[in-house]
Amino acid sequence: MNAEIWLPMAFAGLMALSLLMYVVLDGYDLGVGILLPFAKDDDKDTMVSSIGPFWDANETWLVLGVGLLLVAFPKAHGIILQALYLPVTVMLIGLILRGVAFDFRVKAGVRYKGLWNRVFAAGSLIASMAQGVMLGRYLTAFEPGWQAWAFALLVGVGLSAAYVLLGACWLIMKSEGTLQRQAIGWARYGVFGTALCVAAVSLVTPLVSERIAAKWFEMPEFFLLLPLPLLTLALFVLLLLMLPRLDQRLGQGDQHLCWLPFSMAVGIFLLSFYGLSYSVFPDVIIDKLDIWEAAAHPQALWVIFIGAVVVLPAIVAYTVFVYRVFWGKTRELTYS
Amino acid sequence: MELDALILARIQFAANITFHILFPSITIALAWILLFFKIRYTKTGDTAWLDAYGFWVKVFGLSFALGVVSGVTMSFQFGTNWPGFMNTVGNIAGPLLAYEVLTAFFLEATFLAIMLFGRRFVSERTHNIATFLVALGTTASAFWILTLNSWMQTPAGYEMVEGQIVITDWLAALFNPSLPYRLTHMLMASGLTAAFLVAGLSAYRWLRGDRSSGVMKALRTGVLGAAALIPLQIFVGDLHGLNTFEHQPAKIAAMEGVWETQRGVPLLLFALPNEAERRNDYEIRIPRGASLILTHSLDGEIKGLNEFEGMHPPVAKVFWSFRIMVGVGLIMLAVSWVAAWQLVRRKMLSPWVAKALVGMTFSGWIATVAGWYVTEIGRQPWLVYGVLATKDAVGDVSAAMVAVSLTMYLGVYVVMLFAYISVLFYMARKAGSNGPASMDEPEKGVAR
Repeated sequence: MNAEIWLPMAFAGLMALSLLMYVVLDGYDLGVGILLPFAKDDDKDTMVSSIGPFWDANETWLVLGVGLLLVAFPKAHGIILQALYLPVTVMLIGLILRGVAFDFRVKAGVRYKGLWNRVFAAGSLIASMAQGVMLGRYLTAFEPGWQAWAFALLVGVGLSAAYVLLGACWLIMKSEGTLQRQAIGWARYGVFGTALCVAAVSLVTPLVSERIAAKWFEMPEFFLLLPLPLLTLALFVLLLLMLPRLDQRLGQGDQHLCWLPFSMAVGIFLLSFYGLSYSVFPDVIIDKLDIWEAAAHPQALWVIFIGAVVVLPAIVAYTVFVYRVFWGKTRELTYS
Repeated sequence: MELDALILARIQFAANITFHILFPSITIALAWILLFFKIRYTKTGDTAWLDAYGFWVKVFGLSFALGVVSGVTMSFQFGTNWPGFMNTVGNIAGPLLAYEVLTAFFLEATFLAIMLFGRRFVSERTHNIATFLVALGTTASAFWILTLNSWMQTPAGYEMVEGQIVITDWLAALFNPSLPYRLTHMLMASGLTAAFLVAGLSAYRWLRGDRSSGVMKALRTGVLGAAALIPLQIFVGDLHGLNTFEHQPAKIAAMEGVWETQRGVPLLLFALPNEAERRNDYEIRIPRGASLILTHSLDGEIKGLNEFEGMHPPVAKVFWSFRIMVGVGLIMLAVSWVAAWQLVRRKMLSPWVAKALVGMTFSGWIATVAGWYVTEIGRQPWLVYGVLATKDAVGDVSAAMVAVSLTMYLGVYVVMLFAYISVLFYMARKAGSNGPASMDEPEKGVAR
């Protein structure tokens, strides 16, 4: 296969990987941010401590994902980001507010802590909603009209719920005591919201594009793909069933399975993301532009590809290292 | 209408990048200063160095966070507002931006966690290495982005193929003519910005009666660092100017306010460039000064703006930004040398010098931003010098839409800047009031 064919495919893969890393990693810390107002004051510090060491690197995956869109598919990058101008701006404002609130809430003095807590939660919610709206707009190929916007808003709510699910499961894993028990309750809300979102997107996407409908509902693809939705459904049901039991176990002081909900939530993200990627591929703008039409000059792609192949394993390695350093239940963060 | 959207998009880009550059210009050098504190502590075992580290790493964390969030905004601007940029020069801009993310962003963002919060979790050695990697990441990031910016100023190693550039010589493109000067000038600007910040806030604590040895060590580091860097910076700035004179004569003509090509050009200390009548009003001049500086000859020739009519940058903005940068640089020289002399000779600071240092806390910001305005406005009307005009790169987002986003950004930036500056001084007061021991106590709550 020659480079003009496979290089764009490789970059589509890298971009998808970055975005998946982003939604899972920043997803849990945005989710924790959204949940902040519902926690007791004492627990708020623990919640922020649990994501403090990670949020910055998590957000870098967004820069990489958008960066790869920019450098590998410049034509699509311009069209997509201009079409998403408003939600992108709103998301950036949300991310700015959240990122600075991390620091200001403890450095600006006790008087302002409550204010920055609210900014933190608001920024997280704004960013999550805006990302969902972006996804919704993208899936309808930026169609005008209120129906398309209503759908985008629904995806916004759904993605926020999915982040809440991830965030709550993260807290079940990383915290103890009342906060952990409270997080189980939040996770249940998250499951319902996420299920609603996944169902809505799954129903609407084939309606929007005949090509996508064909990819899913023709034979024999239909049967080959059937395990995907079934597995997702199974994960939702299992998660819902296990949360009350886990609550009981934790009540008896048994922490053994506290990591399980988070793993299952990540599983739901993986499957949904795979489904979405399958629908969209090989287009980069649905039914309008495919990855080969949008790809940058092979020269630039080669140079980046070599760098990515060399550097990405190192990034994964030191990311794992840092997660191991801060492994286990969250301890109070100090500079000393 | 189209023009309105163009100008608004330019203002928005300028606002974003102005706000962004404030924080990297602190963190690039502050990371190395922190590594210095940390190594001194490891070598000497003197906890004063650790006190200094403990205070400044908090400032670093805050500054870094602001740099990250404003940087994420930057990465979206290319697509939302300037699609023509990547469509034309994507073959060089793409790889450089990608390498910045891959080699620098992840490195600094990941090891930052250990640098800020990891001392209890890892060995002292690993912590020092993490601090080093963060410093390396910030500097690598500066290298990539300045390589791209330098290429936009002095493009090299490329050819145009069907309206797109294709790189023919990567080494020539990466190490393009203005890179060495621009990179050195910017790294030193960061050094000065951080040095004056460290000196300024330490002087503030000193004035409030905090004479702990941690404060004195930071004060000495800031003052002596600034005093050593500023003459080097003036020298490098001069070399950078000569390089610009060779490659971008229209920018130099605007910086010096020269309209007609002539020999023996005077250096203008003051003037009001009048673009409508293409002359300067109210000139105060040093005869032959500009020729001497730029050509090292009293009657060297400087090309005037009239040679580039219609294709030169707005004169007054460049002219005045340049004078602000140089003026702040000269004040930096005076203040840092007096303060250094007092600290070295008298081991003491007189209150008025301390107050001057406090006043100069953010002087690096002013000089850096003014310098960037010289070089970026001075490149106009080009986005990529001689290759792509700014107006040809803008997207078709409506003026109203850009006005909305610009208003949101400006609102957030003003509030953030106010909060940042007040919190720095609040932290300095708090650290001082609790005495140096407070550095070892865990802060109530979390740090980030």
